[in-house]
Amino acid sequence: MAKERKGIEVSLAIAEAVGQADCDLISAYPITPQTHIVEHLSEMVADAHLDAEFVPVESEHSAMSVCCGAAAVGARTFTSTSSQGLALMAEIFFIASAMRLPVVMALANRSLSAPLSIWNDHSDTMMVRDGGWIHVFVENGQEAYDHVFWAFRVAEDPAVRLPVALNIDGFIMTHMIEPVDFEDDELIKRYIPEFRMEKPLHPDNPVSMGCFAMPEIYSEAQMTRERALVDSYATCVKAWEEWAAVTGRQYHPVETYRADDAEYCIVTMGSLGETAMAAVDELREQGEKVGVIKIRLWRPFPFDDLYRAAAGKHTLIVLDRAISFGGPGGPVALELRSALCNSPQAPVVVNYVAGLASRDVTVEDFKAIILGGKAKSAEGDVAGFTFYGLRG
Amino acid sequence: MDKFSVFSARLVEKGEYFTSGHRACQGCAEALAVRLVMKALGRNTIVAMATGCMEIVSSPLPTTAWEVPWIHVAFENASAVISGCESGMKAMMRKGKLPPKKINFVAMGGDGATADIGMGQLSGALERGHDMIYVCYDNEAYMNTGIQRSSSTPWGASTTTSPAGKVSKGQYTQKKDMPKIAIAHNIPYVATACPSFPFDLMDKVEKAAAIEGPAYLHILSVCPTGWRIPSEEAIKYGRLAVNTCVFPLYEYEHGEYSLTYRPHPILPVREYIEGQGRFRHLGSEDIDSIQERTRMEYEKLVKLSEED
Repeated sequence: MAKERKGIEVSLAIAEAVGQADCDLISAYPITPQTHIVEHLSEMVADAHLDAEFVPVESEHSAMSVCCGAAAVGARTFTSTSSQGLALMAEIFFIASAMRLPVVMALANRSLSAPLSIWNDHSDTMMVRDGGWIHVFVENGQEAYDHVFWAFRVAEDPAVRLPVALNIDGFIMTHMIEPVDFEDDELIKRYIPEFRMEKPLHPDNPVSMGCFAMPEIYSEAQMTRERALVDSYATCVKAWEEWAAVTGRQYHPVETYRADDAEYCIVTMGSLGETAMAAVDELREQGEKVGVIKIRLWRPFPFDDLYRAAAGKHTLIVLDRAISFGGPGGPVALELRSALCNSPQAPVVVNYVAGLASRDVTVEDFKAIILGGKAKSAEGDVAGFTFYGLRG
Repeated sequence: MDKFSVFSARLVEKGEYFTSGHRACQGCAEALAVRLVMKALGRNTIVAMATGCMEIVSSPLPTTAWEVPWIHVAFENASAVISGCESGMKAMMRKGKLPPKKINFVAMGGDGATADIGMGQLSGALERGHDMIYVCYDNEAYMNTGIQRSSSTPWGASTTTSPAGKVSKGQYTQKKDMPKIAIAHNIPYVATACPSFPFDLMDKVEKAAAIEGPAYLHILSVCPTGWRIPSEEAIKYGRLAVNTCVFPLYEYEHGEYSLTYRPHPILPVREYIEGQGRFRHLGSEDIDSIQERTRMEYEKLVKLSEED
C-alpha cells in the first residue's frame, strides 16, 4: 500500500493495518462490535491480500489460546474481541502476559452483561486492568490505525515481550467512517522489524514453557512480570517518538488540551476526549479556566506524566465509563486519587460516571460535568462518585 | 494377522523424550504411556499439555522432564494452543520465515481436560482439521486434585465426589464414550490404546503421526493411587481391562473400524473389578450388570469392525 488519505470505517483501517504489519496468524470469534475488524481480515486472507492463517475458533477462550500457541512458535499474532468475549478469554489473557507472549489485541470496548448491552463503555477493559498487559486508548480512526503498528512494535521489542491491548470505543469509533492517512508498506516494514523470538518452541532447540511454580519461586516470577511492564514505559515512549519522526504524528502517555493555565481539568480516556475539548473551548469563552487531560497509556500507568499534567491544578474532574461496584468510585478516579494522594499540593479529585452503554455525553453534558465538579470541589463534596444523567 | 507389527523391543526408539526424574506416583501407567507415546513420536515434536497430573509431575520450575519443545497454558485449552502452534508455523514456513520441517503437533490431556472442561476446544480443533494429534490419557477421574469423578469415570466407581454410601453405589452415570465423539467429527484416525500393550500403542501413535489431519488417541492409563490397587499391578489391570473387553483396543481409520486385538478367551469382568478398591462396595448383581453392558458394547464394536 502506498501513502494516501482514505475515507474508511475505522474497523477496516485497523484490519488493513494488521495486514500492512504482515501478521502471520489471526484468531478470533465473532462478537459485536468487534466483528468488522475480523470480517475484513478474513476477507484479506481469502483474497490473498494478506498471507496469514485465519483460525476461526469456537470461543474467545480458544482465540486467545490459539494466539498463545502461535506467539510461542514465534508468529506475529493478532486477535480482537469485546465485552463478554473478553470475560470468557480472561483466564488466558492473564496467562499470555505471564508467559511473555506478545499478542496484539484490538479491544472494541463494550459494556459487560447484565443486562445485555452491545454498546460502548469501559467496563470490559477495566475487568482485565490487572492482567499484566500494556493498555493504550485511542481517540479517533487515525490514532487507531497508527497504534496497530505501535502495538506490534512495542509488544515484540526484545526488551518488552508483552501483549498489548489497543482499546477502541465500540461503535463510537469502530463503526465510524473517518479520514485516515495510510502509510506506505516500506515505512511500516522499517518501523516494525520482523519478529524474532529468542527461544520459540522449535524441535531444533527444545524449551519448556508454562512450567508450574512452587511458592519459593512464584513471587519472583510475579515481580519479573511487574518489572517488565513498568520498564516497558521507555519503549512505549520511544516507539511514539520514532513514529513521530517518520509520520509527523506525535503521541504521549498523557496528553493535555488548554491545560497549562487551567485550574480545573476534565480527565478522559478514549473517544470522549474530543467532545471534552469542544466543551472546554466553550467554557473558556465564558472565562472559565478549564482544560482537558487525556490518559492514553493506561498500563504501565504513566505516573510522572500525570504529575506534570496535574501540577498546579485546583481540581481534576474525572469522567469514568465504568464502576467499581461497592467501591469508592470509577477505576480511573481511584487510580488518580491513589497516584496523587502523596504529592504536595495534590489537586482535588471529583469523580463522575457517565456514558455507560454508549449513552451520549454531549458538549453540554461535559460543560455541566465540569461546572458541577467545580461546584462540588468548592463545597468539599468530593468523596465517592456521582452518576451523571441518571433518570428516575 | 493383517496389521503386521514386529514385536521386538530392540527396534523401539532408544531416545527418551519424556525423561526420568519426573514426580509421578509409583506405578503410574500414565507416565509410562507418555513415555511410549514420545518414543513413537520422536524428536521432531511439539507438545501442548493441559493442566493435570502429567503437567504437574513433569514441570516444576526450573526443571523439566521434556526433551522436546513443550508448552502448558491452562487446563481446557491444549487443543487450541496446539492449533496455534500448528497454524503459526504453517504460516511462517509458507512465508519463508522458518525453514520447512515436518513436525508432529501433539496436544495431551487427561480425561477431565478432554471429556469435561476441554471438550468444546477439542471439538473445535478436530473440526477445523489441524494437522495434529490429540492424546487423552484416561485414568477415569480427576486424580491430580484428589480422585474426583469425571464424565469418564465408569459406573460404580467410588471417587471423592461420587462416593459409595448408604444410598450410593458411587458413580451413577456411564462412562462417556470419547473415541466415538472424536469419530463423529469425521477425522481420519481415531484409536484406543493401553500401555499394557506397548507395541500396539506405539504402532497407533506412528500411524496418527503419519496421517495428515487430526488424529485422536484415547489411552487407558491405570492409576494405582486413584483405583486403589497396589502400585506394582498397574500393567496387570491394564491387561485385564483389555482382556475383559471393558476397554477394547480398536482403530477407526478413514471411516473403517477394526479391532487391533481380540482377547481370547474373553475374561469375566469380575477379574477386573474385584481387587480394585474403587469398586469394592459393589455386589454380585452390580458386577453382573457391568458384565452385561460390557458384552453388549463389545458386540456392537465387533459388528462395526466386521461390517467394514
